[in-house]
Amino acid sequence: MSTTATAPVPGGPQGKPEKAKEPAQGMSAKPVTWKLPVTLAVLAVVAFIFFGLLGPQSTAKFGVSSGGDFFQLPAIEVPAFLSGIVLSLVLLGLAGYALVLKVKQNRRPPRWLPVVFTVVFVVAFLIWVVGGARTPSISLAGLIAGSVTLAVPIVFGSLSGVLCERAGVVNIAIEGQLLGGAFTAAIVASVTDNPYLGLLAAAVAGALVSMVLAVFSIKYVVNQIIVGVVLNVLVSGLTGFLFSTVMQANKEMFNSPGRLPIIEIPVLSSIPVLGPILFKQSVVGYLMYVAVIVVWIGLFKTKWGLRVRSVGEHPQAADTLGIKVNATRFWNVTLGGAVAGIGGSFFTLVAIDSFTKEISGGRGFIALAAMILGRWNPIGAFFAALLFGFADNLQSIVTIIGTPVPSQFMAMLPYLVTVFAVAGLVGRSRGPAASGIPYVKG
Amino acid sequence: MVRVLKLELKGITKRFGSLVANDHIDVVVEPGQIHCLLGENGAGKSTLMNVLYGLYEPTEGQILIDDKPVTFRGPGDAMAAGIGMVHQHFMLVPVFTVAENVALGAETTKAGGFLNLDDTRRKIKEISDRYGFDVDPDALIEDLPVGVQQRVEIIKALVRDAKVLILDEPTAVLTPQDTDELLDILRQLKSHGTSIVFISHKLREVKAVSDTITVIRRGKVVGTADPGASTTDLASLMVGRAVNLTLDKAPAKPQETTFQVKDLTVIAPSGQHVVDGISFDIARGEILAVAGVQGNGQTELTEAILGLQERAHGSILLDGEELLGRSVKDVLNAGVGFVPEDRSVDGLIGTFSIAENLILDRYDKAPFAKGISMSPAKVLENAKTRIDEFDVRTPSGSLAAGTLSGGNQQKVVMARELSRPLRLFIASQPTRGVDVGSIEFLHKRIVAERDHGTPVMIVSTELDEVIELADRIAVLYKGKLVGIVPAGTGRDVLGLMMAGLSPQDALADAASRQQAGGPVVQHTGQPADQHAGQPAERTAADPAPAAQPVQEPRSGAVGDDHE
Repeated sequence: MSTTATAPVPGGPQGKPEKAKEPAQGMSAKPVTWKLPVTLAVLAVVAFIFFGLLGPQSTAKFGVSSGGDFFQLPAIEVPAFLSGIVLSLVLLGLAGYALVLKVKQNRRPPRWLPVVFTVVFVVAFLIWVVGGARTPSISLAGLIAGSVTLAVPIVFGSLSGVLCERAGVVNIAIEGQLLGGAFTAAIVASVTDNPYLGLLAAAVAGALVSMVLAVFSIKYVVNQIIVGVVLNVLVSGLTGFLFSTVMQANKEMFNSPGRLPIIEIPVLSSIPVLGPILFKQSVVGYLMYVAVIVVWIGLFKTKWGLRVRSVGEHPQAADTLGIKVNATRFWNVTLGGAVAGIGGSFFTLVAIDSFTKEISGGRGFIALAAMILGRWNPIGAFFAALLFGFADNLQSIVTIIGTPVPSQFMAMLPYLVTVFAVAGLVGRSRGPAASGIPYVKG
Repeated sequence: MVRVLKLELKGITKRFGSLVANDHIDVVVEPGQIHCLLGENGAGKSTLMNVLYGLYEPTEGQILIDDKPVTFRGPGDAMAAGIGMVHQHFMLVPVFTVAENVALGAETTKAGGFLNLDDTRRKIKEISDRYGFDVDPDALIEDLPVGVQQRVEIIKALVRDAKVLILDEPTAVLTPQDTDELLDILRQLKSHGTSIVFISHKLREVKAVSDTITVIRRGKVVGTADPGASTTDLASLMVGRAVNLTLDKAPAKPQETTFQVKDLTVIAPSGQHVVDGISFDIARGEILAVAGVQGNGQTELTEAILGLQERAHGSILLDGEELLGRSVKDVLNAGVGFVPEDRSVDGLIGTFSIAENLILDRYDKAPFAKGISMSPAKVLENAKTRIDEFDVRTPSGSLAAGTLSGGNQQKVVMARELSRPLRLFIASQPTRGVDVGSIEFLHKRIVAERDHGTPVMIVSTELDEVIELADRIAVLYKGKLVGIVPAGTGRDVLGLMMAGLSPQDALADAASRQQAGGPVVQHTGQPADQHAGQPAERTAADPAPAAQPVQEPRSGAVGDDHE
């Protein structure tokens, strides 16, 4: 090449200026990966073999209404084998469409595709499991209502995670906050004989656990993950110790918290399926719906939320605008702890009326996954938590009706769903940029 | 009526431990003036401004506003007093919209704490209309070009009623055209009564825009100058001794072409083609300078040549040998010398001694190693020679490299890379953050390597450096090669190419503007003195002429129909 060679403008005809304002294709287009089409295809093939070809030759029955509903819907009965074949063919079709799009046009599948795929897959799975059970009948209403119930602490936990991470602090200690809330609720409600005081105390306990996290991670700049993990172990040990020394010794006095009453809203609660979920809940259940909406509005529509998010995304920018970064973080983490504490009270004031060791059973970590799957958005986290609640409830129901799958495998279901949902469906989702990074001035 | 404000810094001293960043600095910013703080990197300009903005508390000294002493406990106080700042690294939340960023910290709310972004949008529009900014309040910051982001920063300050606007190295990230637009905006702001403190080490801009210049060296005010002062005078005041700003360099005598890059594409983890089908070659004995605004693929290009990029496709031939797909060690052994763009991250190990840093690439070879043992005496001996040869200012080679100044660190890196026979020399940002004195020296060494018959590739975002060193200039834009033009191509043409225009269009565009009488960026690197002399009149007569050239081709763009 000589000293004055000139390369043509890439992509455009000579003499026509390149668009300077719009980023060039090569720089802006996000990659179209094989991941999604291939995952869908593998799942579809699995579905076709198990749900279709190896499907049970029976009729699966799904009850829709429960006895108290004010109008009755007939139960849905489906032939398991036939519907297995049909649904798995639909899945194969969807996966094929995604593959064709990738191969022919190098385009990613439309956004509805993975959602529809998931729904069809779950339906096919349900029919397969129920159809293969000893008693091929299941109450759909009960399944869904139970899912919501199991999801309540997870929803509160994930809201706590959202509140903390949006402000830039990673909250691994959700598990500890749930557990602390559960324990305190039990003991305070037992001593005072007032479950509502127990609920309040649970919020305070969660907030206290959170304050430890806040002080160490914000003021003393200790690694947030480590503080969180240590807190989980600490709360677990402390409540375990107090349980066996204090609670066990005098159960009447310290571990009989009495339940929060279920408040039924007349008429509305008799709507099939939806009624029990929305209008037949304890105070904690109603609080969950309120909390999800309030946190969402707070974060995205108010001055407070704008400041919180700026602190979690770009603390230097917030600081240069006179926003107190570390104070904002401290109070948000504390608030998050209170929310998780309320979630913890659900274990001892609603689900069962006593405390046992490790009653939270790892749901704090599932809540963390729900937060990520819900993309750090309160509403997304709510639905993600519902998904985990559903998986959790399904495994217990399916174990009861007796299925071909060993119950140990079914017990893994919620965790498998967690791993696959977070790894596969979310892909590379982006959390708050400064989450987990302490802010030190100067 | 616009309230104007007189700002005075009196005896400001700021110490960090034993380091004195600012030493009794006095500056008076008169109302409605553009006041430039000129100084080299590390002279203490940014520290001073952070003190003024309430980010640092001064160790000693006073800030006076309209002759009344004030104390700022934080940026909030400074803003309330009418001081706004545009930081060198923008303080914008990338995932927020323009309106959200502008509102942040000064939100207007409806009942119950709900945001009233409509009010903010209205304010943005008002300011945009007044100064001719083209800013969409609902665009996400991360989607905006840097020039527009900078305008958002200015809007942020204006919404808060800033009477004094501080701009910290505002042109570091801009193309020459964007820079001219910015200078025009500053003149406009001034005509509306805003005082401006403009911090820079670039003489051309400082002369073009300022009313008063205060020169800072090593934390002290060493003098004031007026914009009419010559570039050489300003430079010597800034550096503290006479400097030769133009490089004496013999014309290149290119020999045979030994280095070829063909259709090189680098794919980032995100899937973007950060280097997109680039082909060029370099002959022995010539310098190819790669120009472009930061972040247009330069880093990835050099890393791909060195073997640091995993997803690189195409071909890189050195003396007919394929380099692509080989390990970094293989590439180095093939005779490639590489000066990375960030010496403190990739070039040096700060806690290692200078002597150790000088043999990082040959620690396992004779004479420094024998079998599994090293010979410290040989390492120190080598260090002595290199330190003398490259004029590294240090009492001893066994000091940690991190203790050296930026310029001396860069000399160490350069000494290491040039101390073995090379068949290709690549230097990325060879003089970034280096004092003027060292720049001179480093440039001479680079030219010496060329004259020694090595193909040399320089990557620089500083147009002055590119123009000074290059025998040919390649311009990168969004990962693509816009074109390769000969040395001596005008700054304006290069600037347009850096914004993505093909060389032909850039030439035509620059020529047409020259005919139309619009201001053209100077070819010579010298500022337009007649402009600098009477900036006010110029602004009044010709409100935003420099804003047009870049926008014209943008809006009239036809087609990048790739894919």
